Amino acid sequence: MTPALSIMVLFIAGPIIWSVYIAFTNKALTGVGAAHAKWVGFTNFVHMFNDPLFIKSLLLTAIFVLGSAVVGQNTLGFLIALLERGRNKFVTTTLNGFIMCAWVMPEIVAAFCWYAYLYQGGTLDAFLAHLGLNQDWLYTTPMLAIIIANIWRGTAFSMLVYSAGLSDLPSELLEAAKVDGASQLALLRRVIIPLMRRSIMVNLMLITLQTLQSFTLIFILTAGGPGEASMTTPLYIYQQAFQLYDISYGSAMCLVLLLLGAAFSLIYIKFIKVEEVAG
Amino acid sequence: MTSALPVELKVRVDRSPTKAARAGRFRIDSPRKTMSTISVYFVLALVALFFIAPLLWIVLSSFEPGAAIGTNAPLVLSLSNFGAVLNWSTFFQPLINSLILSGSTAVLVVVTSLFAAYPLSRYQMRYRKAFLYTIIFSTGLPITAIMVPVYELFARANLVDNYPALILFLTATSLPFGIWLMKGFMDGVPVDLEQAAWVDGATWVGSLRTIVAPLMMPGIAVITIFTFAGVWGNFFVPFILLTTQSKFPMAVSIGTFFGQYGAVEYGQLAAFSILYTLPALGLWVVAARFLRGKFTFAGATKG
Repeated sequence: MTPALSIMVLFIAGPIIWSVYIAFTNKALTGVGAAHAKWVGFTNFVHMFNDPLFIKSLLLTAIFVLGSAVVGQNTLGFLIALLERGRNKFVTTTLNGFIMCAWVMPEIVAAFCWYAYLYQGGTLDAFLAHLGLNQDWLYTTPMLAIIIANIWRGTAFSMLVYSAGLSDLPSELLEAAKVDGASQLALLRRVIIPLMRRSIMVNLMLITLQTLQSFTLIFILTAGGPGEASMTTPLYIYQQAFQLYDISYGSAMCLVLLLLGAAFSLIYIKFIKVEEVAG
Repeated sequence: MTSALPVELKVRVDRSPTKAARAGRFRIDSPRKTMSTISVYFVLALVALFFIAPLLWIVLSSFEPGAAIGTNAPLVLSLSNFGAVLNWSTFFQPLINSLILSGSTAVLVVVTSLFAAYPLSRYQMRYRKAFLYTIIFSTGLPITAIMVPVYELFARANLVDNYPALILFLTATSLPFGIWLMKGFMDGVPVDLEQAAWVDGATWVGSLRTIVAPLMMPGIAVITIFTFAGVWGNFFVPFILLTTQSKFPMAVSIGTFFGQYGAVEYGQLAAFSILYTLPALGLWVVAARFLRGKFTFAGATKG
């Protein structure tokens, strides 16, 4: 156990603790802070919560997570899993192949696909030109563009979780509800969703954690722009730390993002029963 | 299913469930049932369109010489884009770099997580539960959010551009999930088999090597593939921790198709993307075989 533990302590716990230290200094990659970093107390954190761009980035991150994961991937994944039940095997296998393909391909390739699709003169644009709707979607609707691209990218995960969950449902219960004359909507609301509550919570937590730290897709599609129109927190951290060389401010924002992630991660492990883990 | 039942049938349902159930089954072929089947397939077709459309560009323009972005169906099919890409500095060097990074990380993760998972799976230890919770907790931590301090530490220790250090970092980030999966697979190997070996005087390392590991080969293969494919597709970490172009893996070198003034070789970019994506797809197909088509995420979906 020692090798695994020491690698993780050295490369994960170490940087986290280190970032706490740096966040309280004025460490930078260039200028005065580069050679002689000084202890500056809560300056970075005070700056952060007075920085309208940081506040805006948190808001955009929330919109991105809600739109693409909680609403988009979650609902679409559930819908596909539900509709595919008991349908033609060939149809569902082929469809799942394409959905999985979007999830399994390297993220940067997925980003290029969507770039080519949405760019002015791109595939979608060429098609919509016939209807007179052509425009640069990455410029006019950057948030919508990255949200839809991320739904495309990540729906496979929710779909897999839900089709596994649906196939584990006790069929007697479904039959009984049908015999009692339950409508499809009632069946879904009163039987299927309550029975799958834990699958749903686990899925929601995992995709939230994934989406919270999404970088590559947004970086390639809009790079946070135009202006700061799609500058989510990971993108803003990248800009501040690696393009403007403000390492200490970047570290302070990293800590906030990390705490957010840790909070969701804690909720997530609450839904995993101790005995399943330790049993 | 029962939404197709007319009202009068529902009244009968209350009186005689069995009969109504039979009636309900009969209704499957009713016109309304057929309508709902058609609408289900219609929605699935829309979903298929949504997922296929963005993929078309990459396939079509890779075969079209001098492809611009947003290509129409190519008039001439040609392999010239692939030919232009397949040279040492554009393709083979990044390919080898990717193989080194993904391969070494996968081997390290499998070996270290085997040893870490064994006591977690077999012994009753004091801190076992706490350790397992920490592992699961770490699988959820956003790695993006530690890249700034990691870069600072790497720069301070002069480790930027250093492959062994990068591989160790990638191993560290892949380990929590690896250990968790490994423990799950190991729990499936009965202890009785090992006990016989212990009686014969085998140490725990011996029984792990000769009995447990061979029996969980499919599990080990799955963890190898997950880790390999994860590093293969990882853009952000090598993008931050490497600066020399000749050291870039495919995930980062793919950016070189973007010229300085916005001139992009889209045909070559698409061809390179396909060559870069195929190994990842292939590995996932193999992993799906090992999991017998059932993705369970080792407990993520239990419940």
